[in-house]
Amino acid sequence: MSSEPTDAHAEHGEHEGMTKKRIVAIFLYLLGITVVEFIIALWLVPTGYIPIQYANPIYIVLTLFKAFLIVAYFMHLKFEKIGLALAIIVPILFIIGLILVLTNESHYWVDLRV
Amino acid sequence: MSAQVSPIDEVKSTPWSGGRSPFNVEYGKMMMWFFLLSDAFTFSSLLIAYGALRFSSNSWPAPDLVFQSVPGLIEHGAPLVFVGLMTFILILSSVTMVLAVEAGHRMAKKEVVKWMIFTIIGGFTFLGCQALEWTHLHSEGFWWSSIPTDLTEYFHKGAPLSTTYTHQFANLFFTITGFHGFHVFSGVIINIIITINVLLGTYQKRGSYLMIEKVGLYWHFVDLVWVFVFTFFYLV
Repeated sequence: MSSEPTDAHAEHGEHEGMTKKRIVAIFLYLLGITVVEFIIALWLVPTGYIPIQYANPIYIVLTLFKAFLIVAYFMHLKFEKIGLALAIIVPILFIIGLILVLTNESHYWVDLRV
Repeated sequence: MSAQVSPIDEVKSTPWSGGRSPFNVEYGKMMMWFFLLSDAFTFSSLLIAYGALRFSSNSWPAPDLVFQSVPGLIEHGAPLVFVGLMTFILILSSVTMVLAVEAGHRMAKKEVVKWMIFTIIGGFTFLGCQALEWTHLHSEGFWWSSIPTDLTEYFHKGAPLSTTYTHQFANLFFTITGFHGFHVFSGVIINIIITINVLLGTYQKRGSYLMIEKVGLYWHFVDLVWVFVFTFFYLV
């Protein structure tokens, strides 16, 4: 019981990672990436500078980068103990398995539909 | 007695030698992380199912043709503008949430309240925008297992019109954005409860604003999911 406030207090040392300046910087990064996505979607693809099959992987890479910024800085995972970061990130890799399985499955659906 | 301690009697102080959390986080915060992990699996199942259905189709309603209005202002020809605004609002409310957490570390009660109120306003604005977007699509004829009778304006020229895939699109769109909107709604409710607690001085008495961090994690996760929904429904 009595250990709780001290536990909470001991954490404060670990939480110096986010200053106001850094928060604004991350916000501007997120905003900038979204603006880039809009430029690609509204201007570069319709005018034919980037074919749609190249635009999609670009969107996905930019999205993953945004996800990294949110999880690492806003959700503070970069400043947590490595054990916690691994406990959260390693299970996420199972999602790659699900993507591979369902991509394979969707090829089968294409054959079914023909 | 010699001052030397034999290795077996030495008190170990490494993270995993017991007596304290090896992750150095409070129980509730760790559980919030694991809840979010499970929620990430739920959302990825929905999004991957959407991806599989879409990539096995030979024709799909084009996002820049389906979402091309700003409800109440522009009826046609403004693709992605409204959803861009929604994305901006949600990112901004994420920022005010980080600022609330930062103020909590300094035990600045008034600032925490201020930023939490901004976050709640952001959440409600986002929900309002989503309600407008849903109403607009509903007025065009889209709903769960319901699509407009004339599909020509939702497909690019040359793409075959398909009622099956438009049905799939409508069902997936309302299910996934609805599930996300439900998360935003619960997030706003949780934020309101926590703000009332801050006003009552609960966390000032407790000596830490850790609870703000826990609800902050949830709120950022909602923003994170929106980033993916935005990419896979509106851009790709």
